[in-house]
Amino acid sequence: MLFVQQVSCVIDDAMATGQLFSKTTQALFYNYKQLPIQRMLDFDFLCGRETPSVAGIINPGGDGFQKLFFGQEEIAIPVHSTVDAACAAHPTADVFINFASFRSAAASSLAALKQPTIRVVAIIAEGVPEADTKQLIAYARANNKVVIGPATVGGVQAGAFKIGDTAGTIDNIIQCKLYRPGSVGFVSKSGGMSNELYNTIARVTDGIYEGIAIGGDVFPGSTLSDHILRFNNIPQIKMMVVLGELGGRDEYSLVEALKQGKVTKPVVAWVSGTCATLFKSEVQFGHAGAKSGGELESAQAKNQALRDAGAVVPTSYEALETAIKETFEKLADEGKITPVKEVKPPQVPEDLNSAIKSGKVRAPTHIISTISDDRGEEPCYAGVPMSSIVERGYGVGDVISLLWFKRSLPRYCTQFIEICVMLCADHGPCVSGAHNTIVTARAGKDLVSSLVAGLLTIGPRFGGAVDDAARYFKDAYDRSLTPYEFVEGMKKKGIRVPGIGHRY
Amino acid sequence: MLENVGPNLKIQKLVGCEMARKKIREYDSKRLLKEHFKRLAGRELPIKSAQVTESTDFNELALKEPWLSSSKLVVKPDMLFGKRGKSGLVALNLDLAQVATFVKERLGKEVEMGGCIGPITTFIVEPFIPHNEEFYLNIVSERLGCSISFSECGGIEIEENWDKVKTIYVPTGVSFTSEMCAPLVATLPLEIRGEIEEFIKSVFTLFQDLDFTFLEMNPFTLVDGKPYPLDMRGELDDTAAFKNFKKWGSIQFPMPFGRVMSATESYIHGLDEKTSASLKFTVLNPKGRIWTMVAGGGASVIYADTVGDLGYAAELGNYAEYSGAPNEDEVLQYARVVIDCATADPDGRKRALVVGGGIANFTDVAATFNGIIRALKEKESKLKAARMNLYVRRGGPNYQKGLAKMRSLAEEIGIPIEVYGPEATMTGICKQAIECISAAA
Repeated sequence: MLFVQQVSCVIDDAMATGQLFSKTTQALFYNYKQLPIQRMLDFDFLCGRETPSVAGIINPGGDGFQKLFFGQEEIAIPVHSTVDAACAAHPTADVFINFASFRSAAASSLAALKQPTIRVVAIIAEGVPEADTKQLIAYARANNKVVIGPATVGGVQAGAFKIGDTAGTIDNIIQCKLYRPGSVGFVSKSGGMSNELYNTIARVTDGIYEGIAIGGDVFPGSTLSDHILRFNNIPQIKMMVVLGELGGRDEYSLVEALKQGKVTKPVVAWVSGTCATLFKSEVQFGHAGAKSGGELESAQAKNQALRDAGAVVPTSYEALETAIKETFEKLADEGKITPVKEVKPPQVPEDLNSAIKSGKVRAPTHIISTISDDRGEEPCYAGVPMSSIVERGYGVGDVISLLWFKRSLPRYCTQFIEICVMLCADHGPCVSGAHNTIVTARAGKDLVSSLVAGLLTIGPRFGGAVDDAARYFKDAYDRSLTPYEFVEGMKKKGIRVPGIGHRY
Repeated sequence: MLENVGPNLKIQKLVGCEMARKKIREYDSKRLLKEHFKRLAGRELPIKSAQVTESTDFNELALKEPWLSSSKLVVKPDMLFGKRGKSGLVALNLDLAQVATFVKERLGKEVEMGGCIGPITTFIVEPFIPHNEEFYLNIVSERLGCSISFSECGGIEIEENWDKVKTIYVPTGVSFTSEMCAPLVATLPLEIRGEIEEFIKSVFTLFQDLDFTFLEMNPFTLVDGKPYPLDMRGELDDTAAFKNFKKWGSIQFPMPFGRVMSATESYIHGLDEKTSASLKFTVLNPKGRIWTMVAGGGASVIYADTVGDLGYAAELGNYAEYSGAPNEDEVLQYARVVIDCATADPDGRKRALVVGGGIANFTDVAATFNGIIRALKEKESKLKAARMNLYVRRGGPNYQKGLAKMRSLAEEIGIPIEVYGPEATMTGICKQAIECISAAA
């Protein structure tokens, strides 16, 4: 008992040591996701970083490179198949951003925490088992590392480093001035509300210095008070804003820290969930979070305790913005705020798809198909939308007549077509087989040769996955494996089950 | 820590998502204990228990569980609430026929427990065990480990005897040794100390192995020198279901007692289960004049908070949240229900519908607003009859387009709609809604 308490004091101080990120921080990104990585790189560009914030990607079972944009420039980010390999290849990358599913997030996070080069692990997945998170917390505390999440969008240090999808679109990042540091440290449980608060804070202060969403789980990897104590040690942060939630006791460690005088900068706090008293029975709210057990864990009690301990706590969320504004203005009047150097962020080049969508640019197509058209919400065959084909009860023959003859042929024709080609319909011109068929046809060859060219293209990476899938399924069946054992076994071996969704 | 009903119950699981700590029935707690104690401790516990619901055929049950016909029995509701003995809902020393009568008289009947009213649908039947000793055991998962509490003075007087409860803390990753257990059992007579220590250790192993987050036996006793739980409560971490589904077997996570859904709430619950998005709807006061439909879990709570914090909790009609990018059609179906409830039984007085939300990360605001706008158009006459005023606030991708559509809708159908973007505070429209309904006709 005593031993535990001693440990917690020592480690709490250790966790408190200041800044986690800088303008040169680099991360390893677990489980390739194109969009969040691109958003991190766009943020980097906006902040004028010299190096991309993602050093490497870990994609179990895959090696190579992924092409992404760093501003206008296309860069290749190395992809590694294991955490070990990635850490060895990028020894200066000390942040691990984990986009693994809830099933594998704990194991991959522990593997990352065990790497001497990794200091911070951010876990995005929602639904990581509590006992698994507790193992991560214990390991992180014993080894002086920081876990952010699970069930979080992450966090951002303005003008320096951003985790994954934090802060939303480029437009929002610019509106919230997150491309350059301000003087406010912000920490919340809710990731969704963090965006709103970045905006609020930008409106009434000189902006965010660092913002962290700790995640909505019962036991988050790091707590509100962990980050507040850390913010307290960062000289550039002049005041802190906390958005808590009812449930759990986390806010009370902040209350203790305030009472003990460990927090020397002004704290503006609000704990949401005061409406809980309106509900007659247990109600399931939409947002992830802790369960509240007793009066102490109510939003009202926490707000009062924070107020008593010296935090600025408004009477409702509606008054939070004014409370932040007044606290900031007071600091400014006292001359404690260093004026922020305003910079004009560079224009992030727009992606072709979104530019086309907004009508700003047009791009020529590479292939002209006069029969099938899948550009809109609904694919069309010879101008007939898929829904009409279904509603009118068209068969395969009718579809082929639209695709090949560009009109609806009479029933006797479509019946004939059905007999001949029912099994040969394909879904677009962009797969290897269809491509080769088209190329062969354009070369002037006859129908049979063209089709044969397409069919002969079927191989392990196009259309042939069913063969492999069948082999694996048969093997699993012969060994009397349950579907669960089969999938787990494949996962352990790092082999994707072929043929499912083209990917897994 | 003890009976978790009453005011606590009200705010439990508030802001709780679907994945979290879930209470399980006493029957399931005991079933898991019996099944896995053998695997983990290598010994069997002589636990016998049977579940009785509306669909139970007593003859079949007696064939499956022969002890039901040969022993005296105890029967009690298995509905996640406590204080059953004190409420006269426990019957002792019955034979099976008497149990059947007891159940028949109470099955489906509504009872009130701690302010929550609901029907009793499930009972647990067990052998009647006369006993002298009543021990208390409680294990709770906490942030840095687990606390284990034990007392030799368990039973219904546990609260009065709280000073006799001893508690130890087992930090995460530390193995639970006899030295650590010693303070719990130090005062027990020598002849039972070893047995109870082994029992506590085995139950703790089982607690961790099965991803329990809470487990309580109050009391357990000794039958022929072997521990036997008379009453047991458990909570599992249902996020761990993916690795435990085999061990857990067919486990039920019942709704909290007293939570009975109205037809509209059930309909939304059904929609919610069918989609990867999140759609939540709870009616608080059908006669309320401020209704909400808010995007985002965190934001939706804050909107409800703010109406209350500004002093108008009594006028708040509902709690409603949509998030996780529902498609246009899902939003349409959802909005229809909210509008129907909000516009029911017009009384000539003004009402307000708050269509709120924070600044979305990546949800296309214009697209989700399409569904709401379609529903508003459909319900034009109802909205007018209820003198509904709309207040809209939202930010995020494509919000300008979404807000513009809302503004033109106001002109098109002739309903007052105030529209705000991220330049306004999130909850400013709560204040406006309140001003609207409190203004003189």
